[in-house]
Amino acid sequence: MNIIVCIKQVPNTTDVRIDPVTNTLIRDGVESVINPFDAYAIEEAVRIKERCGGKVTAITMGPPQAENALKEAIGLGCDEGVLVSDRKFAGSDTWATSYTLACAIEKLETYDVILCGKQASDGDTAQVGPGISTHLDIPQVTYVKKISEINEKSAKVERMTEEGYDVVETPLPCLFTVVKEINTPRMPSLKGMMRAKSAKIIKWTAADLEADPAALGLDGSPTRVVKIFTPEPRKGGEMISGSPAEVAKELAELLKGEVV
Amino acid sequence: MDYLLSESQVMIRDLARKIAQEKIKPVAAHYDESEEFAWPVMKILAESDLFGVYLPEQYGGLGGGILDMCLVTEELSRACGGIALGYAGTGLGTLPILLHGSEEQKKKYLPAIASGKRLAAFCITEAEAGSDAGSIKTTARKEGNKYILNGTKQWITNAGEAEIYTVIALTDKAKGVRGASAFIVEKGTKGMEFGKKEKKMGIRASATREVIFTDCEVPAENLISREGMGFIVAMKTLDTSRPGVAAQAVGIAQGALDCALDYSRTRVQFGQPISSFQAIQHMLADMGTQIEAARALAYSVARMVDSGAKSVSKESAMAKLFASDVAMKVAVDAVQIMGGYGYMRDYPAEKFMRDAKITQIYEGTNQIQRNVVAANMIKETLKK
Ligand SMILES: Cc1cc2nc3c(=O)[nH]c(=O)nc-3n(C[C@H](O)[C@H](O)[C@H](O)COP(=O)(O)OP(=O)(O)OC[C@H]3O[C@@H](n4cnc5c(N)ncnc54)[C@H](O)[C@@H]3O)c2cc1C
Repeated sequence: MNIIVCIKQVPNTTDVRIDPVTNTLIRDGVESVINPFDAYAIEEAVRIKERCGGKVTAITMGPPQAENALKEAIGLGCDEGVLVSDRKFAGSDTWATSYTLACAIEKLETYDVILCGKQASDGDTAQVGPGISTHLDIPQVTYVKKISEINEKSAKVERMTEEGYDVVETPLPCLFTVVKEINTPRMPSLKGMMRAKSAKIIKWTAADLEADPAALGLDGSPTRVVKIFTPEPRKGGEMISGSPAEVAKELAELLKGEVV
Repeated sequence: MDYLLSESQVMIRDLARKIAQEKIKPVAAHYDESEEFAWPVMKILAESDLFGVYLPEQYGGLGGGILDMCLVTEELSRACGGIALGYAGTGLGTLPILLHGSEEQKKKYLPAIASGKRLAAFCITEAEAGSDAGSIKTTARKEGNKYILNGTKQWITNAGEAEIYTVIALTDKAKGVRGASAFIVEKGTKGMEFGKKEKKMGIRASATREVIFTDCEVPAENLISREGMGFIVAMKTLDTSRPGVAAQAVGIAQGALDCALDYSRTRVQFGQPISSFQAIQHMLADMGTQIEAARALAYSVARMVDSGAKSVSKESAMAKLFASDVAMKVAVDAVQIMGGYGYMRDYPAEKFMRDAKITQIYEGTNQIQRNVVAANMIKETLKK
């Protein structure tokens, strides 16, 4: 089984600061880590390998230092890492990013399962996983909380919903985005870390991917970030007190006044 | 302080620290209270390869030495000295095989220990043979191609949980300590049983039980080294493992200091944090200084062991005795700094104090360590 896990390096903080002029994340002086949701995808990928045999390839698009995230993934049980890095990718939105990653995945020989975290902790869009499956034209199941059955041809998974969960059967290849409930990621192993230290990371540029140049980076991004801001906290509501009958009457009057 | 650790030692220390802080610290109070053996934590240590740091690569280890083992023990003990002992006790039970075992014995037993699949234990103490380990009564009688063991070992760390036991027993009662031999006994061997689990003051997550042998048949190939070498095997094992007790003590002391230091900065009395009082500051300074001195000595002796020094008895006794006395003092002071809160089980300070005490007692009491140090010092003057 060939398993691919897409990971992203993100700033290690829940309190991300934004440059008010460029509307982009301030990354200086902030330690980079693997996107917390992707840690669950890595763990699940390694577990599938342990169940079915095969190989796990971790793949990331990012700056050269994203190589560290791939090495960390190897320390956690992945077999190899692919870094897709080029200045031409700068400014990619989720559409261009998923196109680029899909091109890289197609360049790999074969794949049966693609795993992604449900979203990245910096952008929170949850779009890149589904975007990749769209570009590759394969099925996707998002918010997976359990992979109950899996073999070379198909998988049966539980997909988390607000009310409970759906049981979904899908042929492979398929892309899954996973939620935290799916597993408890293991600690790195010393042997994995030693292997990671000497592991050679495969590096691909835009030219290697044979991608459509117009679909990459800022040019290939149909969306623009116009403004990022912290919304004002909601002001407290208005309390109405009195007997239930009085409260109901006053509320009805208020709603009438607002013409709801 | 920079101890010029190698790149892989830094990696080992950092991983052990991460596991200790993220996976052990949150459950330390639970296991102290319930006195259960922390199997889920052992599994994490196993999967992270920490059980193999000091074992040779050809047996599935990482090829490091006693210093590597000490780094792990220290970090784990900083979170819980009891859980750490599941790890360190396995090291103690493994050393006789590593130091004196045959190639076949190493091939058979070390890989499962390196991967953490099987824990180990070391059995010498008996009801009437504590400090005076030479007066053990457990016997091993040779019959054909096996030995028949009879006797009861007491207060054996990891007993009941471990799979591999190294046992010191008399093959020739008439010869006393020269008639002692070391054996490998696997859990499940007919005639081997465990006594009830002891209720202890501290390190309560560690399992301590009797190991009882009643006509227990052990294959002759499980004899370590030769008949009559048992005491030498035991002494060499303890000389090699004592820096590990020192490391456990350093970890416990550091854990106690960590919590006292944190607390002193947030506890306000007389309108200011208690850390602004010089009386508290001087205690903190002494604690920090003593811990660093103990750590420096423990690491130096571990390095001396790893360098292959011929005799390390005096130095490893010094490290064990100094570090464990520091741990006891620091832990008592940590409780003092925290006042009544330090005495409450809601904070970990009192647990560190209970855990610290054992380091002055086992693997030879500190009185015995002082005997060893002095005897060696006197012997050295005679040689001049
Ligand atoms: C929690 C725990 C775990 C243990 N784990 C193991 C284990 O895994 N394997 C194992 O084999 N053993 C184990 N032991 C046994 C341990 O090593 C002994 O308890 C220790 O060596 C001391 O022996 P004792 O308790 O019989 O004390 P004793 O020897 O009875 O000593 C009592 C007191 O007399 C002092 N004393 C004795 N002789 C002298 C002397 N010559 N000079 C000065 N003072 C002296 C001692 O220092 C002590 O203060 C464990 C013990 C405990 C409590």
